[in-house]
Amino acid sequence: MQRTVFRSWWLPYVLVFPQMAVTMIFFFWPALKSLQLSLYRVSPFGDSMTFVGLGNFTKLLADPEYYRSVVNSLVFAAGVTVLAVAGALVLAALATQKIRGLAAYRTLLLWPYGIAPPVAGIIFLFIFHPTYGVLPYFLSFVTAYEFNWLLKGWVALTLVIAATAWTHLGYNIAFFIAGLLAIPGAVMEAADVDGAGPVRRFRSIVFPLVSPITFYLVVLNMVFAFFESFGVIDAVTKGGPGDATMIMVYKLYKDGFIGLNLGSSGAQSVILMALVIGLTMLQFRFAEKKVTYR
Amino acid sequence: MPRTTTVWRSITLAVAFSAMVALAPSPASAKTEIQFWHAMTGQLGDATNELVRQFNESQSEYEVKPLRKGTYPETLTAAIAAYRQRQAPNIVQVFEAGTQTMMLSGAVHPVYQLFKEQEIAMDWKDFIAPVVGYYSKDGNLYSMPFNSSTPIFYYNKDVFQKAGLDPAKPPQTWKQVEEYSKKIIASGAAKCGFSTGWPSWTMVENMHAWHDQPFATRRNGFDGLDVQLLINKEFGVKHVSQLAAWQKDNVYSYGGRTGTADPKFVNGECAMYIQSSALIGGFTRGVKFAWGSGQLPHWGPPYAKATSIIGGATLWIMKGKPANENRGTAKFLKFISETNQQMWWHVTTGYLAISNSAVKNLEAGYHFKKNPDQWTAFAQLTRGKATANSQGLRLGNFVQIRDVIESELENIFAGKKTAKQGLDDAVAKSNDLLKEFAAANKQ
Repeated sequence: MQRTVFRSWWLPYVLVFPQMAVTMIFFFWPALKSLQLSLYRVSPFGDSMTFVGLGNFTKLLADPEYYRSVVNSLVFAAGVTVLAVAGALVLAALATQKIRGLAAYRTLLLWPYGIAPPVAGIIFLFIFHPTYGVLPYFLSFVTAYEFNWLLKGWVALTLVIAATAWTHLGYNIAFFIAGLLAIPGAVMEAADVDGAGPVRRFRSIVFPLVSPITFYLVVLNMVFAFFESFGVIDAVTKGGPGDATMIMVYKLYKDGFIGLNLGSSGAQSVILMALVIGLTMLQFRFAEKKVTYR
Repeated sequence: MPRTTTVWRSITLAVAFSAMVALAPSPASAKTEIQFWHAMTGQLGDATNELVRQFNESQSEYEVKPLRKGTYPETLTAAIAAYRQRQAPNIVQVFEAGTQTMMLSGAVHPVYQLFKEQEIAMDWKDFIAPVVGYYSKDGNLYSMPFNSSTPIFYYNKDVFQKAGLDPAKPPQTWKQVEEYSKKIIASGAAKCGFSTGWPSWTMVENMHAWHDQPFATRRNGFDGLDVQLLINKEFGVKHVSQLAAWQKDNVYSYGGRTGTADPKFVNGECAMYIQSSALIGGFTRGVKFAWGSGQLPHWGPPYAKATSIIGGATLWIMKGKPANENRGTAKFLKFISETNQQMWWHVTTGYLAISNSAVKNLEAGYHFKKNPDQWTAFAQLTRGKATANSQGLRLGNFVQIRDVIESELENIFAGKKTAKQGLDDAVAKSNDLLKEFAAANKQ
């Protein structure tokens, strides 16, 4: 560890100032604002604010529908994270093999990340929509099974998980490719000489060596699934059918911006924030022990 | 080298010059600007812009600036955010479900007051009753009716022909809808009988009104904020459980919320469709088969027959604007409610003409004889006097209530709940929302 020493005492402050300002204005201030909102009953136009203490919270915690959205969020986040991280690792492992046209493959694999979530949602709609989707249309020739996620909740949930994971795949692949390429060839060769097969090599060498990246991606994908999955849900299911795809962040949006119940929406965002902070801390506490940093 | 310098210099000059032009106050800005936020897209957006253009060209004092702000809820949210920053538009289009919220917001200027203040004469009596009823309080109109429609029954005449049904006769009763659907499916003319758009609006709200059944207590909420829903009573349960049963054998095919089921009818998958009368314009241009329309099916006795209720949106005037802007706003509203503009609006979009004189003029020009489908909605709304059950709905948190109803309908159609369970749950949740609204708005 090398300690950098600045000659003037103010320079470090100046250097961190922009980052601090951005964090304050765009993270802490809104977070405080929603904390404040969560304690009030606010009229839609914001003219009257009544202090209700923890009223918004107790109401939420007594509402079975809210728990359902929490469960949905956990399932959704777990699904997206596993699919996006595991899928990316497999694809990245394939994209680091010595094959012809490697550059083209790699470029194509990164593409999905360039697509905004709502656009990805619309693309999935055109493929999967029971009424005008391409896939159900062709499926109808071979099977009588109705791919109707307008009514089948679990199909709808699977669909939005797949769509969200897909939008994040490219990002994960980029990290894994970089991680895989950084593994020293000598180590692999040594393992080869010792007679380790591809599976053994992956388990004993590759996976531990990319574990810091995997850990980082798991945390990031989880946070992404909790907070930024809004676009796909809004474009594809809007929380339905029933409330099968109503995840916390979408319920928060719906109650706050469509239902104009800002107090409850504020309380929901505080709970969501606490939940994600808690989950991230748990991951750092337990999962990080299994991570080998070089 | 010198050449490059010259090129650069001229580019710099050009940029500087255009910046100057852009920043210079344009001489036309002497006009008073009226901000008008709306949610009309596609062909409806074009028609809205055209109305505004006509107004702007009809006089030289005011300039209405239309701006599309997204969907109905997005437009409302944007207007609220702007109001909090004291940057509200003069006019904002709000859908019917937001009526109670707007009325009690304290942020609006009731339209009847605006005209009184500005001393601009307006014949409120000439407005058609179902529209006035929905948006009035104590006999005074609070927002300016703009785009109003009502659900009607559409059917595919080609499919009727193929199935051996009379293409000139749409079904009148739900029994006939069932019978026709089964014939159609058996003959292979179409895969499904009928579908619906906006499920809560067409199948719950309007079905209650059409059968003269109360949707909520306190005269559907017109009489007070202490309201409770009544859709889990005998009629509601009967209708919804029938839909759920039909869903199983394709007599009915659920196609999602809002207008996502439209393709089912347009593709010829479903032979019949219940949707807003405002789709007539789009169907006339976009549907490849012969189609017709009829009034909503009815269950017959013991239920009475009342009228259907309207949907769509109205224009609300935001409070706290300078007097000269308010004057322009009033003039614009007066302009769009005039007979000629109303006739044009109706013919172009399929939305209802909102004044009796426009309807009379259209009749005199044989418009309805030539376009019988355009008459269906008027017939349905004016066939009798609106009763307490069919004059409309005045509910707080209505947007969320619709959502609650639609998500329970999905649970019912998926077979997860019986009609009674689902509607009971919808009522319980909605009553909570209504209680919350009453608490937030107690004076």
